[in-house]
Amino acid sequence: MNPIYWVLGAPLAGAAVVRLAGAKLGKRASAWIACLALAAALAVASALVAGLAASAPDARHVVVPGFTFLELGLFRAGFDLLVDPLSVLMACLVTGVGLLIHVFSVAYMAEESEAEYARYFAYLNFFVFSMLVLVLAANFLVLFAGWELVGLSSYLLIGFYRSKTSAADAGKKAFIVNRVGDFGFLMAVFLLMSSYGSLDFDVILPHAASLGAGSALAATVALLLFLGAAGKSAQGPLFVWLPDAMEGPTPVSALIHAATMVTAGVFLVARCHALFELSSLAMKAVAWTGALTALFAAGVAARQNDIKKVLAFSTISQLGYMVLAVGVGAYTAGVFHLFTHAFFKALLFLGCGSIMHALHGELDMNRMGGLRKKLPVTHWTFLVGAACLAGVPLTGGFFSKDEILGRVLAGPHGDPLLWAVGYATAAVTAYYSGRLVFRVFYGSTRLDRDAFDGAHEGGWAFQGPLLVLALGALAAGSLGLPEFLGTARPLEAWLAPVFTDSTWGGPGPSEPLSLGLMGLYTLTVAAFVWLAWSLFGKKDASVSNARTGFFARNGYVDELYDLLFVRGLLALCGWLYRVVDRELIDGAVEAVGWTAQGAGAFLRQNVHNGKVRAYAAYVVAGSCLLAVLVLILGGLTCFR
Amino acid sequence: MFQVEQVLVLALALFATGVFGVLVRRDPVVLFISIEMMFNAVNLALVGLARHEGLVLGHALVLFVVAVAAAEVAVGLGIIIALFRARTDMDVDRIDELKG
Repeated sequence: MNPIYWVLGAPLAGAAVVRLAGAKLGKRASAWIACLALAAALAVASALVAGLAASAPDARHVVVPGFTFLELGLFRAGFDLLVDPLSVLMACLVTGVGLLIHVFSVAYMAEESEAEYARYFAYLNFFVFSMLVLVLAANFLVLFAGWELVGLSSYLLIGFYRSKTSAADAGKKAFIVNRVGDFGFLMAVFLLMSSYGSLDFDVILPHAASLGAGSALAATVALLLFLGAAGKSAQGPLFVWLPDAMEGPTPVSALIHAATMVTAGVFLVARCHALFELSSLAMKAVAWTGALTALFAAGVAARQNDIKKVLAFSTISQLGYMVLAVGVGAYTAGVFHLFTHAFFKALLFLGCGSIMHALHGELDMNRMGGLRKKLPVTHWTFLVGAACLAGVPLTGGFFSKDEILGRVLAGPHGDPLLWAVGYATAAVTAYYSGRLVFRVFYGSTRLDRDAFDGAHEGGWAFQGPLLVLALGALAAGSLGLPEFLGTARPLEAWLAPVFTDSTWGGPGPSEPLSLGLMGLYTLTVAAFVWLAWSLFGKKDASVSNARTGFFARNGYVDELYDLLFVRGLLALCGWLYRVVDRELIDGAVEAVGWTAQGAGAFLRQNVHNGKVRAYAAYVVAGSCLLAVLVLILGGLTCFR
Repeated sequence: MFQVEQVLVLALALFATGVFGVLVRRDPVVLFISIEMMFNAVNLALVGLARHEGLVLGHALVLFVVAVAAAEVAVGLGIIIALFRARTDMDVDRIDELKG
């Protein structure tokens, strides 16, 4: 059996076993099964990377045909899987970061009942399986299946605390908003199917040009695909589900934000770059959506007081960077940032989980501060994560962000305006990262005395993943050091076979420009972190409770949707209920009953009146009628 | 001198008279007499046609009908007597307990 099936099968089997038998096996067994399933998947995925690395660069593209999914005449779509540098890299990332999040969850969810614990781990495994289906797909049908499975698992996990109305609502919101994107994705798939008569990547992507470069069809396909990507990656106005996804358990947020789900959009654009490059309009839309989302979300993050909300908007903002990168043809830079972001964002969320554990679920940073001595491991690792997020020099986030911005400015399809937006975002990011760290860990505490004294670090299952992720976040930058250093750039070399057919790629910024930009970023980051320190790092940092203004209200997007869709829909549904259902449909049903009743009452009183002579008259009348009928119809023949 | 048409016309007249009696009279005994008239009108038609066709079976059937009618008369009169015992008023229009 092809090893790729082990990568998919292990989490699926884990999910099935834990879901069906976990409640009986107990918490330890559930946790072990779930973690081992992911460890096995990670091991096999790493072996696949090694196997692929051993083959020639142009042979690193293997389609593993599977059973037939759908067969219609000449059209066939099978459960085919693709092993290429991009897919196995994503598989390693998903399983690796996923494994650390699983380990963290072992302790984080320890207070749940056995049945809930098993349900949680089963869903977590299932989530990883869904994402693996998505990244390993070799045709659009399997990709779509993974796409939908990811949506389903996110719904299950965001609404994990199902007795809480807000959690159930958040799950529904995530699912519904994603459906909007899925609609676009599905339409694009239909268009591709009618154009190519196939859904295989190998049929469509190498021959993408037959759609016609710059044609309306190519632009439509690319824009519809991007609508799907924007839904999953929380871009543009479709971001609204991600902040609400905080209702799930915190490690789930880490999983959604780092390894699975939100990266799907970036992955999709990178995977289908041949289609996107046909239409410069679509690429412009991608790049600008990414840039504006990045800036907007950074602005919102700077105004939040809930640490999970800050992190949620920072994810949206960082995803904006990735989308911006793939929108200017810098796919490797986008995947690079995806990679470093997966580490530091998982780290930040798990750190957040650690804080919540220490403070019994407190999330408001107005009631934190001064925690650095109480939670030393969390503090240092969180600091590393925030430094990566802010883009402090020499961290992973710095190099990947620099790579993106350099190519946005100086790449063949770069645009100084886009760069300016990205640069402004970097400045705001540095500010809110500093604000987050300083308000949580520095200054004097705003906690109750008891809560502050009682705060303590969790066990090894808390600290282990944090330390591993912190190391990963720091080291991830080494995969793509700047070109002018002349060092090997393993990520670029690794992904090169995937993007050889790209016509949008090109050299990055020249050495002096690159150095200058780095200096500029360093100064900017330093200035804005210092600004945050001067505002929030001091002992007497003021408490800000302002929840008004454009950014503090998430850009009024929820309100806009409420006005545009929700109210209209509710009014329409209310009208349908009151008029169509109650009056028309119920009225029709009741009218049938009334007619029967009325007719019955009339006949009972006037026909079935109990008078023998009346009955006799009916018999006579009926007999006469029959006689007449016989005479007219049948009698004519019998009397002849 | 036997003519089947005369017999049938007589039977029709008798039957119509019976029907008329059932419809217009309200005394149960007269009603009953009218029913018997209809019965015998049918019997007459049957026996007349049997003779016209030369079928002995028809004559035999008439004898059976007469016997069954006798039994029916016994039952019907029994009902009328029972009714008369239960109530003095014998107008059939007032006897409407079978009304739904």
